[in-house]
Amino acid sequence: MDKSLFRFIWRHSRRQQIILLVLTVVTYPLGFLLYDIPKAIINRAIGGDGPPFSAPILGLELSFDMAQIPFLVMLCFAFLAVVLLNNGLKYVINVYKGTLAEQLLRRMRYQLYARVLRFPLPHFKRVSQGELISMITGEAEQVGNFTAGAFADPALLGGQWLVALGFILIQDPLLGAAALALYPIQIIVIPRLQKRVSQLAKARLREVRALSDHIGESVAGAVEVHAHDTSQYELSRFTHRMGRIYAIRLEIFRRKYMIKFLNNFMDKLAPFFFYLIGGVLVVQGNLTLGALVVVISAHKDMAGPWKELLGWYQQREDARVKYEQVVSQFSPENMIDPALQSAEPEDEAGLSGEIQLDNVTLVDEDEVRRLANVGFNAPLSGHVAVVGHANSNKEYLALVLARLAVATQGRVRIGGKNLADLPEAVTGRRIAYVGQNTVLQSSSVRDNLLYGLKHRPMRPATYSEEEAVARVAELAAAVRTGNSDYDYGADWVDLAAVEAADEAALFEYLVGALDVVDLGDDVYQLGLRSTIDPTARPDIADNVLRARGALLERLRDESYAALVEPFDRTRYNSNASVAENLMFGNPVGNGFDVERLAENSYVLQVLRDADLYDELLEMGRKLAGTMIEIFADLPPGHEFFEQYSFISSDDLPLYQAVVARAERGVEELSDEDKTMLLSLPFKLIPAQHRLGLADDKTFQERVLKAREKFEADLPAELRGSVEFFDREKYNSSASLQDNILFGKVAYGQAQAAQAIGALITKTLDEHGLRGSVMLAGLDFQVGVGGSRLSSVQRQKLAIARAVLKRPDLLVLNDAAAGMDAQSQQRLLSRVLAARDGVGVVWVLSNASLADEFGQIVVMAEGRIVEKGSLGDLKKEGTAFDDLLKSQMT
Amino acid sequence: MSLNEEVELLRKIPLFSKLEPSKLKLLAFTSERLTYEAGHKLFDQGDMGDAAYIIVEGEADVLVNTPKGELRVATLSRNDFVGEIAILCDVPRTATVLAKSELVTLRISKELFFRLIAEFPQMAVEVMRELAHRLEQTTADLLEARAGD
Repeated sequence: MDKSLFRFIWRHSRRQQIILLVLTVVTYPLGFLLYDIPKAIINRAIGGDGPPFSAPILGLELSFDMAQIPFLVMLCFAFLAVVLLNNGLKYVINVYKGTLAEQLLRRMRYQLYARVLRFPLPHFKRVSQGELISMITGEAEQVGNFTAGAFADPALLGGQWLVALGFILIQDPLLGAAALALYPIQIIVIPRLQKRVSQLAKARLREVRALSDHIGESVAGAVEVHAHDTSQYELSRFTHRMGRIYAIRLEIFRRKYMIKFLNNFMDKLAPFFFYLIGGVLVVQGNLTLGALVVVISAHKDMAGPWKELLGWYQQREDARVKYEQVVSQFSPENMIDPALQSAEPEDEAGLSGEIQLDNVTLVDEDEVRRLANVGFNAPLSGHVAVVGHANSNKEYLALVLARLAVATQGRVRIGGKNLADLPEAVTGRRIAYVGQNTVLQSSSVRDNLLYGLKHRPMRPATYSEEEAVARVAELAAAVRTGNSDYDYGADWVDLAAVEAADEAALFEYLVGALDVVDLGDDVYQLGLRSTIDPTARPDIADNVLRARGALLERLRDESYAALVEPFDRTRYNSNASVAENLMFGNPVGNGFDVERLAENSYVLQVLRDADLYDELLEMGRKLAGTMIEIFADLPPGHEFFEQYSFISSDDLPLYQAVVARAERGVEELSDEDKTMLLSLPFKLIPAQHRLGLADDKTFQERVLKAREKFEADLPAELRGSVEFFDREKYNSSASLQDNILFGKVAYGQAQAAQAIGALITKTLDEHGLRGSVMLAGLDFQVGVGGSRLSSVQRQKLAIARAVLKRPDLLVLNDAAAGMDAQSQQRLLSRVLAARDGVGVVWVLSNASLADEFGQIVVMAEGRIVEKGSLGDLKKEGTAFDDLLKSQMT
Repeated sequence: MSLNEEVELLRKIPLFSKLEPSKLKLLAFTSERLTYEAGHKLFDQGDMGDAAYIIVEGEADVLVNTPKGELRVATLSRNDFVGEIAILCDVPRTATVLAKSELVTLRISKELFFRLIAEFPQMAVEVMRELAHRLEQTTADLLEARAGD
């Protein structure tokens, strides 16, 4: 990347800069015409005497042989034409400038990001995410805005200034010299002052980066802030930083405007001399008054461009400082050679043979020796366990084997090939590495599983005609700005690498990989809780409906009867809320938001018609009274409010007041109070809350009547806001599980959830829906960094994605550490079974898990102290035995 | 059974008898009423405990694993309180509890239990009394067992 901003701009936009310059120069005479023509209209066409009429245009006296009115009309249209031309040109220039700036910005961002991907891994320990982000987004943007005017602006402004200067010099060399006399002072003084401003700007940049880093840290460490009550400390730290930025900014303002002040003063100092010296000359008769006036006005013309030139200079300094700072931050030592990332593998053969480590020494960025003279051989077809105490540096052996750390001395070879020379296309495809912490993409389970198979676009995307045209334009713009020419929309999944013929085979393969790491059931459960789009997959929806029928049949069995209460249009469901019973469906969108049902005029109408309004109001009053009695003593914000209460702790005092007012009778209450009370019972579930409310027969019958009315009278505009429970229809707003169950699991039955879950699974399997549920589960969005999965699920997913890549060597760096010993053992056996005859190196914290490995390497303080088979090592007196014993206790 | 009936029931349990009605209501409202069929387990010995149970109806056996197999050490019935040791001391369940007949329980979560103990010293004293009583019982059993050897 170019060290200098101007070299960067010139290298990548020479041609455009020149075109821009030419275009800008063209506008210059047009500007003159805009003054000349009106002047001719007033002086010659309206006020003049002719014919012939003549007009001075751009210094030329053009004469026209025509009558006055046509002459006026001609000049007016000429004026209009110049206005159109001038503004049209300005529009073109602005668009061109904006485009150019955006292209350079885009190129710069791409280069910066590409450099991030080339940072040596240890460098990430030192840079902060917040700083990198603010540099690529914010600072690059400010530099980008400057780039388009980098050459055209000073050329134009300088040209204007020179023209004005030349004009003065021709009029009178002496006055010209006088006008020029003060500029050297400005040219010397101003850059010096500006230098200090630039330094301050640098300091400010650093502070702002630290600020964004601080914010990033607080977001990532939000739990720590709350767990240690450090919010005040953090606020104070933040204030401190802002104070520093504030002080620097004030200093910048002071100096920047001092420069402006000086400049303005100097500008006015020249007229002072003109009046004084020129005045004397005129009085003495050595200069005509006319010449003095012209010179003064010409100097004024110099002042305009000069001021703008100064503004440009300050902007330039600002952009230069930012650019240089950013580039220096993105140029760490030992950057990864870009050729290693872009090169294609030489052949398809992959790696085979032996892993050979010869005298490998690794010294890290802090000059600490992590590995010392490590040497061992192992066949790539075998399984190696690496064990040792926590401080044995065994994890570095894994890093070196996956080429995530490069040996400082010695060689790591696999199948005779030196790992350090292999492109990432080989190391990243033929070797898989899983560490303790894996960062998942904020995407679906499927995308995360397939992440390790997306090296290059494999199959072009199928575009419609319109999309294809858009893609061509997008590609052209990308190439023009040095961006990647790979199509993101293409199918990147390398099916051949996993020997899958098509999507269906790939799906089977993914399910198999999930089973290897024991994640199949988890994904299945995620699938059950997901929704599917029945219009996109009518086959699944149909099958679910069939399964629903079969399940309902089964639920007639006596042993299940108490566990589920199916939806029945003609019966009140006491395990569902009052709102669900009334609507007999799920709200879609905000039309029937449960929190705001009491404000919904249609709902109120239905309630009144069914004689439910007063009853619900009374129920709301009782409910509010009970909530106040139970929860009033709890401190505000207590977790029970959120878990159990119908009323939040903030609203409790309001309800206390309403209940007090209701003493005089509910009818007397204001509409607002009524709405508050009415909003409560909608969430009431008789079987769960056991409050003796909403469980009497007459109330329930009235709700059933209201239910009928609610559906029958539903206005057309609200039809889309509710999806009714219909035995014969798939409910797209409900999860797969709820669709199959078509009812509510009963509250208070200890085994209900488990027993019904098993029954659902059984029914789904019988209807061939297991695959469909898995499909839905694979579409589950894992959240930022996989936050919607448990840490064990994340680890399993990471291992699954490494295994399914079918690497020649699988390196696991204590990758199952979050699991208990039993689950680790089970996972380990399954993974090793799946990798029978293919290389695995597994770094294990727990030495007792090493039983199933053909070779065991024991490390201590960065050295190999023992290696051999389990039989060799599992005896009295070995380091392995010591390790086992020490880990037992 | 409604909340008010549960409150009446809680009042009859020594541990909670001194609590004021609004607290008993809180306890009843925030605990879960669970029905177990005969033969189903409330929890297994060795599980981590997250709740204690009050028997509302029915009977349950308390079983302990011994080298000689499962040993029934007690039978619980209406108004008995069980499962508090695991949540008090953060140790795995010390015994398995099995529904002998159809069993109705109130499940009190660990957080709620601690909150009540912290707020109502009277309840803490009752818990201590209960535990001391059990210790005395255990000691007596031990002596008897030794004498039998």
